[in-house]
Amino acid sequence: MIKKKHILDWLNKSAEVLEEKKSYLTKLDTAIGDADHGNNMNRGFKKVLEQLPTNEKKDIGAILKGVAMSLISTVGGASGPLYGTMFLQAGNSVSGKEELTAEDLKKMLQAGVDGIVMRGKAKIGDKTMIDALEPAVKAYSSAVSAGDELTTALQKAVDAAEKGVEDTIPLIARKGRASYLGERSKGHQDPGATSSYYLLKALRDSVQ
Amino acid sequence: MKKLINNPDNVLKEQLQGMQAAHGDLINVHFDPAYITRKDPTPKGKVALVSGGGSGHEPMHGGFVGKGMLDAACPGEIFTSPTPDQMYEAAKAVDSGAGVLNIVKNYTGDVMNFEMAADMARGEGIKVQNIIVDDDVAVKDSLYTAGRRGVGTTVLIEKICGGAAEDGYDLKKLSALCKKLNQNGRSMGMALTSCITPGNATPSFEIGDDEIELGIGIHGEPGIKRSKMMEADEIVEFMMDQILNDPAYTRILKEWDFDKDDWVEAEVTDQPFKKGDQVIAFVNSMGGTPVSELYGVYRKVQEICEKQGIKIVRNLVGPYITALEMQGCSITLLKADNESVKYWDAPALTPGIRVKM
Ligand SMILES: Nc1ncnc2c1ncn2[C@@H]1O[C@H](COP(=O)(O)OP(=O)(O)OP(=O)(O)O)[C@@H](O)[C@H]1O
Ligand SMILES: [Mg+2]
Repeated sequence: MIKKKHILDWLNKSAEVLEEKKSYLTKLDTAIGDADHGNNMNRGFKKVLEQLPTNEKKDIGAILKGVAMSLISTVGGASGPLYGTMFLQAGNSVSGKEELTAEDLKKMLQAGVDGIVMRGKAKIGDKTMIDALEPAVKAYSSAVSAGDELTTALQKAVDAAEKGVEDTIPLIARKGRASYLGERSKGHQDPGATSSYYLLKALRDSVQ
Repeated sequence: MKKLINNPDNVLKEQLQGMQAAHGDLINVHFDPAYITRKDPTPKGKVALVSGGGSGHEPMHGGFVGKGMLDAACPGEIFTSPTPDQMYEAAKAVDSGAGVLNIVKNYTGDVMNFEMAADMARGEGIKVQNIIVDDDVAVKDSLYTAGRRGVGTTVLIEKICGGAAEDGYDLKKLSALCKKLNQNGRSMGMALTSCITPGNATPSFEIGDDEIELGIGIHGEPGIKRSKMMEADEIVEFMMDQILNDPAYTRILKEWDFDKDDWVEAEVTDQPFKKGDQVIAFVNSMGGTPVSELYGVYRKVQEICEKQGIKIVRNLVGPYITALEMQGCSITLLKADNESVKYWDAPALTPGIRVKM
């Protein structure tokens, strides 16, 4: 069972890792983007932590929607509306809940990824955050369906995301800024996929 | 890299404070969320023109707020799209009841954030249209990319649509004009050096002393081609060739359909330039290239146009859409007709562009 304190811990750990990896994410974005992804994510999650106290007594759905609003109003770029929509749809899918079963989390992750696809129209292989998130959600879902423990299922999701991130390296970007580079985007890891992986890893670490 | 800044985290705030201090007679700067409006409220019945984008391209967009151009601008962090709450607050502040036209440069972030903002403003009963500017011929195909970027033509559109809005164009007519201008404009940029965003230690791309980057955008992102340094005339020839011989360009663009009350996507095709066309020619500095060199470039642009049977009827030369301290330039040609020339010549009084006022 995932309790509210786990969700709050997840958000704190996310902010922590994004602060720690700020320069690294920006470095990845320097190669195929405009050198701002780490700064964008760090700014966004700082705001998330700042706003958290006003929502932390509410249900998990409301907390996640609060995260969405913080991100939408501070991140900017492509990742702001994308991650914002992800948390918004994830929050909507668990509205009113004080704790989540493995099944609830499956719905929540799926809703979040669907939100990103709805907003950004990326497909697997386009060299975006979807390349980390989609395989991760799939891995998690099959694990839960197969009767795995929550923590085992989350570990499988993280592994799939990690592989998804590596798989972005040889891809030609077809969405976002990196797509302007065409062939030259090959050989570089996608910054958005990388930050998605960190978010999932933080979730796993909080639930353990 | 040395920069004339204090704490990198405060660059945007201090820049906006300075704009307020310098141009308080023309504009008001609002904070939390950040947006810039005209000093005088939008006249009743005039469509409000709003634009925005990452900062670092000054004078665009904040410097184009004022009579005859924009009613509001939303500055994002350096090279990062602004957020929907900025655009939403700006729309509420400048709508006079006649609606808001958002001029949106085609970057994934700008497009998505302006879409969210338009949906929010519509929820408040404001009529909003978003028109995309995508004029950068360096991006060849739209099928496998985010499509052409919005660059130089944006400046010309903000001037011309600004004039038309003052003259009483309603939202539908103004949107149609904006779309037409976008379809008639083509740009190409190049860089001699890269640029560094405040707070970052390394340039956005590495470039050798004897190298240039062709087909860059305005965010220090790498271009389409790396080449050995050439003389100015040779560079201009390459850029003009890309612009003048750019074939018809087709892509899908999204806009709001007021009858269907929903976003719709439509295929749009731009036609290439042809002999006999009249154009507004715009030679722009990326920030680090001096005006003296821009005139050298303009001289060659004029010569090539003449040779190709294209007549420059108006021009703009200077730093108007920049990429921090990057050395380099962009060239924009906008096919002109009576309507566009009329509003190009219309009065404007903004911090960055002043015409007959
Ligand atoms: N259409 C899309 N769908 C899903 N993910 C996307 C899309 N476009 C871009 N991305 C992701 O966004 C990441 C870049 O985010 P970042 O915060 O750097 O925004 P940006 O592209 O620089 O925005 P802006 O265009 O405003 O500067 C990419 O690495 C990619 O994973
Ligand atoms: Mg970026």
